[in-house]
Amino acid sequence: MKHFWTIFSHEVRMLLVTPSTYIAAFFFLATMGFIFTGILENYSHTPQDASPAIMFFQLFWFPVLFMVPLLTMRCLAEERRLGTMETLLTTPVTTPEVVLGKFGAAYGLYVTLWAATGGFFYILKEFAGDSRLLDPGPLVGGYVFIAVSGLLFVAIGVLASALSRNQAVAGCFCLFLLSGLIWGDNFLAQSTLLDREALHPLKAAVDYAWIFRHYQDFTRGVIDTRQVLFYVSGTVLALIFSILSVEARQLQS
Amino acid sequence: MSEPEPTAIAVSHLVKSYAGVTAVNDLSFTVSRGEILGLLGPNGAGKSTTMRILTGFLPATSGSVSVCGFPVTTRPDEVKRRVGYMPENNPLPEDMRVSEYLYFRGRLKEIPRRKLGPRIDEVLELCDLKRIRHKIIGRLSKGYRQRVGIAEAILAEPPVIIMDEPTIGLDPHQILIVRDLIASLRGRMTVIISSHILPEIEMTCDRVLIINQGRIVAQGSPANLRREILGRTRYVLEYAGPADQLPPLLAAFSPAVELSAQEEPDAAGFRVATLTTAAEEDLGEPLLHALLAANIRVRALSRAHPTLEDVFLAATRRSWDVVDKK
Repeated sequence: MKHFWTIFSHEVRMLLVTPSTYIAAFFFLATMGFIFTGILENYSHTPQDASPAIMFFQLFWFPVLFMVPLLTMRCLAEERRLGTMETLLTTPVTTPEVVLGKFGAAYGLYVTLWAATGGFFYILKEFAGDSRLLDPGPLVGGYVFIAVSGLLFVAIGVLASALSRNQAVAGCFCLFLLSGLIWGDNFLAQSTLLDREALHPLKAAVDYAWIFRHYQDFTRGVIDTRQVLFYVSGTVLALIFSILSVEARQLQS
Repeated sequence: MSEPEPTAIAVSHLVKSYAGVTAVNDLSFTVSRGEILGLLGPNGAGKSTTMRILTGFLPATSGSVSVCGFPVTTRPDEVKRRVGYMPENNPLPEDMRVSEYLYFRGRLKEIPRRKLGPRIDEVLELCDLKRIRHKIIGRLSKGYRQRVGIAEAILAEPPVIIMDEPTIGLDPHQILIVRDLIASLRGRMTVIISSHILPEIEMTCDRVLIINQGRIVAQGSPANLRREILGRTRYVLEYAGPADQLPPLLAAFSPAVELSAQEEPDAAGFRVATLTTAAEEDLGEPLLHALLAANIRVRALSRAHPTLEDVFLAATRRSWDVVDKK
């Protein structure tokens, strides 16, 4: 894996010099800022049971659905469109190094952008001066949830990018997969469709992958290793499929 | 330390088939160190597939390929360290600066950091890219992009360079620069290039391999290929006189010389005749003497040099004939 860092640092540099990164970052921070302001306004009108951190991270799906496709749709699709994957893989670099390097850079940026929202809580602490608004349990749990779930979300984005040579198609496919995972699973978990006894194994699987429940557990300060394992194993699986996809395309070229 | 292997590339019974099509069919050849080999063939002949297998990018269906003594199948990393490759159409990232790109590629090719800067300067100088080193690749002209591709291929000073159509889409001036660049590698690096521009191959390559339908249909130096494929030498004669005057004179001169074509006389009364002979020696001077001795007015007599294009067409036509007969 000695070329991982070369590819990772190159990808980070390329993300940092690309205007679309700054546009995405601006919209992300602006949207999250508005959401945070909205939450604080609610607090100023009526007392709330949950802390602002719980309310804030409850809307994690919104930036995930537009940020992850934007950050990942280009990574492998663009290499294939330009044909640079061929030159890349004729150097002493392996496919796993390429995929992991690109995944690492996209994930790093994803986590960095989320970390920047920590500034909102810092400002709140500085200006409100009310420690009850900054419950450390949900805050830390929320960020851990973002970091752990981000692994899987970004890996799905990389997989979508590996499956298409068109950035737009990769982005749409990523949006579809993430929507299915977050909202599709949420719908199935809450519906009575899977209540029949024959479908119990499926119901158990849907419950296991119920991301909104994971979020609730994390923000309560409960870090369940089964849930961490779900994200880590899902990430590994998505990355393995990405590597296989790149290698399969290479054989067909 | 052991002596380096004299053979840089050894390909034996190479076969590559995909989707029911045999792209490369039992290809065997070797390339010596420092040799420049040209791959010729019509579109879909299997040139690019062969090159991709040599670089370790594509696996072969069967057969063996070794580069600098390392088998491509079992030691692809060692092979990739020893090969500089420029694919067809020279894909480059659009949004990087030339020097940035070369730095990135140098790091991937495991050039130590302290050596990379001076080496980049060296290849930029060699490829005449110094002036545009800070320019974005996406904004460069085709000629500059090709040179960036070549600079990248030679950056790590690999013993083997493989370039797929390095002069495609270039203007004659740029072709000249690229040709000089490739010629400057002679003796230092083993180079394999494919091109559709046949004079290009003829001028640059020590040896030519003509491939058709995945098979080698001819190989050798351009001069040898001419002799082997075309077999006969042509002379073009411009003379004034009746058409029936020439055949008896030629028969008396040498039975090996035949009149293969004769045109109608032009306004000045001179007609163009094409003579062919299997004789290897130059018959120009004795033939001229014989014509003058017979009081034939001669305006021009020249030995026609068949181009590689003639050889290429004859070789591929011959291979099609073989295929058709089967």
